[in-house]
Amino acid sequence: MTIANDWQTIATILACGAVTLLARASFVIWHTKLSVPPWFTRSLKFVAAAVLPALVMPEVLFRGAPAGDIVNYYRIIAAVLALIVAWRTRHLLATLVVGMMALWVLQWLKPF
Amino acid sequence: MQTPRSAFFAGMRDQVPIIFGMLPFGMIAGAAAVASGMDPWLAMAMNIIIYAGAAQLAAISLMAQHVPMPIVVATALVVNLRFVMYSAALAPYFAKLSTPRKWLFSYLIVDHGFALLTAKLKPDDPPELIEGYYSGITFTMWTTWQMAVALGILLGTKVPSSWSLDFAIPLVFLALVLPSLTTRAHWCAAISASVMAIFTQAMPLKLGLIAAAAVGIVVGTLLDTRNEELLANGAHKGAHK
Repeated sequence: MTIANDWQTIATILACGAVTLLARASFVIWHTKLSVPPWFTRSLKFVAAAVLPALVMPEVLFRGAPAGDIVNYYRIIAAVLALIVAWRTRHLLATLVVGMMALWVLQWLKPF
Repeated sequence: MQTPRSAFFAGMRDQVPIIFGMLPFGMIAGAAAVASGMDPWLAMAMNIIIYAGAAQLAAISLMAQHVPMPIVVATALVVNLRFVMYSAALAPYFAKLSTPRKWLFSYLIVDHGFALLTAKLKPDDPPELIEGYYSGITFTMWTTWQMAVALGILLGTKVPSSWSLDFAIPLVFLALVLPSLTTRAHWCAAISASVMAIFTQAMPLKLGLIAAAAVGIVVGTLLDTRNEELLANGAHKGAHK
């Protein structure tokens, strides 16, 4: 599972960069010309709330699951602890430290 | 924040605590690229061209699985659709700037920069203060991010995989998403996208992320529309508190 260093990879990177820049520039550059329906601006409010959890779930549940298991219990426990910290403190660094520490302790002790 | 100069340094100062969370994120973005066989220079170029950690990591993982290019680009677009929302919110702040400056400031839009600028300044504050403050935030962010990614590229595969540093990525996203869950509609969007992400995990061509995000966005938007209608009706009857 490797990435080839060929024109296709370069083209993909350039295209990803182009759509990203267009997303960022959209209203800043064309706000006078862009007329979008109200449901569109309304739906934008929910993009972060929907995309970020959709990115998190497979990483926490399935990545690095031990052979014979579908899910990775250590990561789930560590993520739940980090979630509680994120919820209570709203602090990025605290969330990161608690989540990583919890995972390392679990991987080291191997309680189950 | 009286002069553009003091605004610049205020922006830098406000950005400092955020750097600590971004460092592992950037290092992982760099390490993930070289670990999947990408040339270090190409990895660095990718980081400058896209300059969006979450989309880069999604793109790297898809490219390593030889997913067709249109799907990779569509996934990057979906992950970065939140920038359209930031762009809409920042447009009034940048309205008085020159067009080249608007493009530069657009390229530099990131989650925390958006959050800081909209929290600290108003669109009708003096343009030179907005310019100074935003430059301070984004200069700090861009430089430290590039250094973190370069460090990740250099260390690359030298960090043993048993350290599970890649786990820092979902943790960063967790910390980013929680403050944005301000209403019940936002919670429902997040929860429905999470549940869908589990069931769409096995979808072909890794389309699961797009499908799950779409479901979450639709659920949030529908609830929001319904709430507003209820509120409008309530106000009409004079029954709302």
